Amino acid sequence: MPVTTIGGQEVHVDDEGFLTEYDEWTEDLARELATNIGIADLNDDHWKVITFLRSDFKDQGETATLRRVSAVGGIPTKSLFQLFPKKPARKMSYVSGLPKPAGCI
Amino acid sequence: MKRLLILGAGTAGTMVAAKLRPRLGNDEWKITMIDQEPTHYYQPGFLFIPFGIYTPDDVVKPKADFIPAGVEYIEAEIDLIEAAQNRVTLADGTHVEYDYLVIATGTSIRPDETPGLEGPEYGKTVHDFYTLEGAKALAEALRFWEGGKLVLNIVEMPIKCPVAPLEFIFLADAYFQDKGLRDNVDLTYVTPLDGAFTKPIAAKHLGNLLEDKNISLEPDFYLERVDADEKKLISYDEREIEYDLLITIPLNFGSDVVARSGLGNEMNYVPVDNKNFLSKDYENVFAIGDAADLPTSKAGSVAHFAVEVFTENFLRHVEGLPMLEEFDGHANCFIESGHGKGLLIDFNYDTEPLPGKYPLPGIGPFTLLRETEMNHWGKMMFKWTYWNMLLRGKPLPLPHEMLMAGKIDEGA
Repeated sequence: MPVTTIGGQEVHVDDEGFLTEYDEWTEDLARELATNIGIADLNDDHWKVITFLRSDFKDQGETATLRRVSAVGGIPTKSLFQLFPKKPARKMSYVSGLPKPAGCI
Repeated sequence: MKRLLILGAGTAGTMVAAKLRPRLGNDEWKITMIDQEPTHYYQPGFLFIPFGIYTPDDVVKPKADFIPAGVEYIEAEIDLIEAAQNRVTLADGTHVEYDYLVIATGTSIRPDETPGLEGPEYGKTVHDFYTLEGAKALAEALRFWEGGKLVLNIVEMPIKCPVAPLEFIFLADAYFQDKGLRDNVDLTYVTPLDGAFTKPIAAKHLGNLLEDKNISLEPDFYLERVDADEKKLISYDEREIEYDLLITIPLNFGSDVVARSGLGNEMNYVPVDNKNFLSKDYENVFAIGDAADLPTSKAGSVAHFAVEVFTENFLRHVEGLPMLEEFDGHANCFIESGHGKGLLIDFNYDTEPLPGKYPLPGIGPFTLLRETEMNHWGKMMFKWTYWNMLLRGKPLPLPHEMLMAGKIDEGA
């Protein structure tokens, strides 16, 4: 896995720039990652999503789906599209330092 | 006398019974299976019915034919699993007590969960192929269809057999070519994921397949509703896709019994330890096959490898011994790609599909991540294997754990 420097911090990422090591993620890094995809400011609602995704991943071993964020995390799907426009599933995983939702192939 | 109760006599439940009956003494253990449906479906075969490659006879047999000797079978609807009382209540009010419970109630499609999807157009211009009825109606629709926009849409992941939608669109391409209609047909693959191939190595090897077959791709499309009168799909971010014929993979949910009994997650799948399938809440309850919330594909091959691990662990668990075997999430799937060719993928929780040979390193006969005729024949032979070997609990010469031997690790 390639190593890159984001916000002065060395991290492991995959070919698409998603962090591959759960423990390398920090809140500062999340702000940098968000800026990379055009989200200038992470507000409380963004943080609610990120916090849920991080803790859910720890329990489940996989990134929560939009349905799970809505049903268990309590953030409606429509809001996710406002918070992380166009590609919420991909963007929220990217900012949270988690794998993107993927198929088996 | 102890009782093992298995809910669901589909692929996973039947294999559990077949594997455990010979291993649990008849004088010590009673095994009971409960299922509400009399028919066992060879579900991988549903894909072939719309194209006239299989008929319903290929995919249907009585469940009773596969209940192992010495196993009690109750055909009944289950009302509730009362795990705290170690019993299951049937729809007629009968209680069935157990010492150990295996939940193998599978997953099914829920078109009613998407606004506008299930209406008067369902079975006419809106179709699925995840049920026998759906596949038959689609076969009729395709026979008389003269062309237009065919859209295949996956509503939401996870779904049963996540490669089936790709296979469908590949087979549709070949089917319309053979009918001389391909120039009149627009094929579009619509997915909530960011591509048809989302794993880097598969994407590298197969990324051009859709383009080569002239199939359009609409990634990141998260369906909010269907306007069946105007014949269009509408996403949460207000994108619209028009169709003349919609083939949908509706939302997949686990069984309502699981939900009613308070044993499921937000999609009615039972949370289990993904290494040994033991419920996270009850020491005498397991969930196996599609019913479990495992982070791997919902597929018969997963159920097969999982049952091998489960059998050894269960025999230890009931003796109070630790479960030593750990499931690695192993899955392998043939992917029909049309014109008598197919692909094969082999992967687990940690390793994405890689190129190489399977099952014999360097020899095959199957080739991973490449279109070959042999892979197609593997898929066609599998129906026999399923009915005669897998469901009978007979061993296949395939190790349950995924092996790196034979694979080319491209070090992504």
